[in-house]
Amino acid sequence: MTDENKAVRSLTDIAQSIYDQIDSGRIPKMTLPLRTKSNIRFDPKHGVFKYGKATGARSAKKVNGALMLLRTMYVLEFIEDMIATSKSSTLREMYYISEGWEKAKFSSQDESNLLAEDLEIVTACMREDLKLRAEENGASIIGDITLSEMDRKGRLKKINCRDDVGDSGYGIPNNVEKEKVQLLSTNAKFVIAIETGGMFDRLVENGFDEKYNAVLVHLKGQPARSTRRIIKRLNEEMDLPVVVFTDGDPWSFRIFASVAYGAIKTAHISEFLATPTAEFIGITASDITNYKLPTDKLTDMDVRALHAELKDPRFADEYWRGEIETMLKLNKKAEQQALAKYGLDFVTDKYLPEKLTNMGVLR
Amino acid sequence: MASIADELAKKQKEISVSEFFERNRHILGFDSQIKSLIMGIKEAVDNSLDACEESGILPEITVMVEKVDKDEFRVTVEDNGPGIIKKAIPNVFGRLLYGSRFHAVRQSRGQQGIGISATVMYGQITTGKPAVVVSKTGSEDVAWRMEIMVNTKKNMPDVLKEDPFIWDGKEHGTKITYHMNGRYVGGKQSVMEYLKQTAIVNPHSRINFIDPEGKRTTFERATDKMPPATKEIKPHPSGLELGTLMNMSKDTKNKTLGKFLQLDFSRISDRLAKEICEKAGLSLEVNPAKLSLEEQKRLLAAIAAVKIMAPPTDCLSPIGSNLIKKGLRNVLDEVRPEFYAPPVTRDPKVHSGNPFLIEVGIVYGGGLQKDSQVQILRFANRVPLLYQQGACVVTKAIENTDWRRYGLEQRGGSGIPFGPAIILVHVASTKVPFTSEAKEAIANLPELQSEIELALKICGRSLKTHLNKRETKSKTRVKFEIVQEILPLIAQKSAKIVGKPIPKLSGSITKIMNVVWIDDSVSFEKKHHRVRVSIYNYTPQSQKFNLHMVLPPGSFDYKGLQFFPTEVRDDGKVSWELPKIASTERLDINFSLNGLNKEDYDENEIYASGINPVFIIGAEPLPGDWDVKGMEITESEEAPVDEEEDEEVDYDESKETLNDD
Repeated sequence: MTDENKAVRSLTDIAQSIYDQIDSGRIPKMTLPLRTKSNIRFDPKHGVFKYGKATGARSAKKVNGALMLLRTMYVLEFIEDMIATSKSSTLREMYYISEGWEKAKFSSQDESNLLAEDLEIVTACMREDLKLRAEENGASIIGDITLSEMDRKGRLKKINCRDDVGDSGYGIPNNVEKEKVQLLSTNAKFVIAIETGGMFDRLVENGFDEKYNAVLVHLKGQPARSTRRIIKRLNEEMDLPVVVFTDGDPWSFRIFASVAYGAIKTAHISEFLATPTAEFIGITASDITNYKLPTDKLTDMDVRALHAELKDPRFADEYWRGEIETMLKLNKKAEQQALAKYGLDFVTDKYLPEKLTNMGVLR
Repeated sequence: MASIADELAKKQKEISVSEFFERNRHILGFDSQIKSLIMGIKEAVDNSLDACEESGILPEITVMVEKVDKDEFRVTVEDNGPGIIKKAIPNVFGRLLYGSRFHAVRQSRGQQGIGISATVMYGQITTGKPAVVVSKTGSEDVAWRMEIMVNTKKNMPDVLKEDPFIWDGKEHGTKITYHMNGRYVGGKQSVMEYLKQTAIVNPHSRINFIDPEGKRTTFERATDKMPPATKEIKPHPSGLELGTLMNMSKDTKNKTLGKFLQLDFSRISDRLAKEICEKAGLSLEVNPAKLSLEEQKRLLAAIAAVKIMAPPTDCLSPIGSNLIKKGLRNVLDEVRPEFYAPPVTRDPKVHSGNPFLIEVGIVYGGGLQKDSQVQILRFANRVPLLYQQGACVVTKAIENTDWRRYGLEQRGGSGIPFGPAIILVHVASTKVPFTSEAKEAIANLPELQSEIELALKICGRSLKTHLNKRETKSKTRVKFEIVQEILPLIAQKSAKIVGKPIPKLSGSITKIMNVVWIDDSVSFEKKHHRVRVSIYNYTPQSQKFNLHMVLPPGSFDYKGLQFFPTEVRDDGKVSWELPKIASTERLDINFSLNGLNKEDYDENEIYASGINPVFIIGAEPLPGDWDVKGMEITESEEAPVDEEEDEEVDYDESKETLNDD
């Protein structure tokens, strides 16, 4: 069965179930795994975090539930139409299309995005199969990777992400699945994923990729699905170790967690997106003292975020507990670019080489 | 030694009343610039209202405040009252403690006759200018204009100038213009607020106000009916003090104790006078003026020991529940309050021989401020009290009431509550026990406080009932939206996707609702109230029960009825025996009420019988005292069907922020 047929069948199943419940005089509802921090579990088979067994009901007993069920019906119909006419839409377009759905109109794009994810979960299809695209992109790669990408005209284009691109690197497209992007060859030794554009540019300007045979991936904050997916493929298909280089604050810890362990929001597809062997290089809480970095005081929100992480199963190990508690004790955070205190080359000449050697990535 | 006493005696000389008040003007409330301006207007307006009421004239009062220079204002208050005869004008405006009401036992605004002459005096002290009084009585053709000052040394009026003139187009009335140093402000304690509150409790008057910027505001009349004239009564013996008794017995024209007791007090009958005299061991025939102190004391003890009827209450003028509501509505309409609790007028009670009664109204919601303390409107004999809220028995009573029970916020169950509400309290009495001559706060007498608290509780209960009703209604309305609008669409869409006919909804609907829902409305058009009561049976079974309503007696209109009531009683209780309503069916009852004013009826009171109350939303179970005749009341005992597998986590409410960043 093709993915499209599978998607259509799964979608019809949802409608059928709602129909049957009404027809037999029950209150219609859908049961979904709870998408909460407390309901993510380590999946030893894939080495990532996935949703646990706790479920919740979306029931017509309450207005919110009833409205979401109605929206689900509209979205089902919309997706089936797109599959039938070989179209696709962005999530934002779907949000605007709902303007014509009267009562079922989404009140925010968050709401429509969440519903799209709900449908992925229930149908076990990726949103690409449901003909929905995110408009998130723009994250980029620089490094000695040769890949081929199918262009708009259906031709395969071969690109070396170091030699064939400008300073902003290879733009990661929305869809990085094999039918679109194929990884061909590499001479690189490892992948370094970088949170901020400033640091990415610093590494590019200092020629870090060539000097150390590294693939630089810009995460652009919390990384999009396609960024995480391509990191995973680089890791699995080309056997490249992955390190993650972020700011030293509670939010950066979460960026690392979504790259390495899986994000709470997308835990149903963690096995496609997360790279369990990825390692955190810094800025660590101990870097702040070891390197005497310029710092900012933690805000109330930062402190709350750290306490929430202490209850997050993804951080429930000795290393992270230590990092979080140290940061709370210091009551300080530092940016990646604070390393510039020791000069523009310090990060590429000293900080990263030292750390990478300690981790065994560089020999 | 004697020389010191002589020296002191030389210094001790008589101080006239007006001289005393000149030095102690704060006693009359003229203690700040802002307040003085309000007090002056208040005194003049009080007088105008009293005069109009005594002569049965619907008051029309115009107040104008003009700014003369930085501190000085010119104030003009004009009424359409009976006017004052020429001879009396100087004394009314230029002599303190001169008045017609000081010795009368009856409810009125002014009592001591200090107010307006104190205003004139204060104006002349601060600006040096006389007051100009114009007055015309109905029986004379000419009006008189006088310039008056108070001679503070002698407490006598000085008339600087007097002219007769023709007051064009004015049949009768009085106008006073005076200059005064003051400060004009807006807000809670302001001329505007005072006039607004005055309009609330005097719905029979029209009050115009022209502020210093020339802006004109008119508080229209909400009724053309005068409040019933109050009668003068003799003092009531309960709570009588020895000093008062001694004065009365000395001054009485009656030569025997029996007559004195019967004629100089209210509620002492022939029989009761005998009983008192027996108890006191005094003869009925003794001359009251010749009683010894010892005998007076025995008399007082005997009076306290016998049972005396409460004083007659026609000396009091309650505003009345209807007019309080009208007055509040009239003035507050712009903030569109959601609810006017039916105002409460308590029966008269007595404090130290003086009859009093308490009235309370509560206004809730709409445009009223949500997060601040409730607004307290205090009134004494229809006069707003703007100052010294904290020292007033009204405030004490409000603070002492647990408003959490009645749906307002209150930390710890005492203190001034918070919420979008106005609490109005009116104390009417032949003698309002003020804490001071400025008449700003009512003294904390236990009789008063407990009466106020009782009235507040009754009014509070109506508020709570309304809030409960609103809450269940809004909860049900939400479910109503599900079954009426959303569920049909879900069914339609799912049927379309799976390519089957639209399924029947009744099963799902009754499981979601499982109630009989009664939705009602009242509207007013073309002088009729239209009442609609819609009954939706959202239970899985068909239902048969009885519906009852309380309507204003005599207003029920039999014309054009679809469902005739089984009974319409004289007291306004109306009952229907409803036909059987099938599951998911709806029944509408429509009828009209005739001959009522708009504000006479605005919320339906609906009861149901013959059905388990847990199934009904929108009607209360019928109280036992209804005693419905000829109707079969069957108490069904079935419990509501358990909602299936509840206690499931609601997916859409369990989500924390799903963002990882």
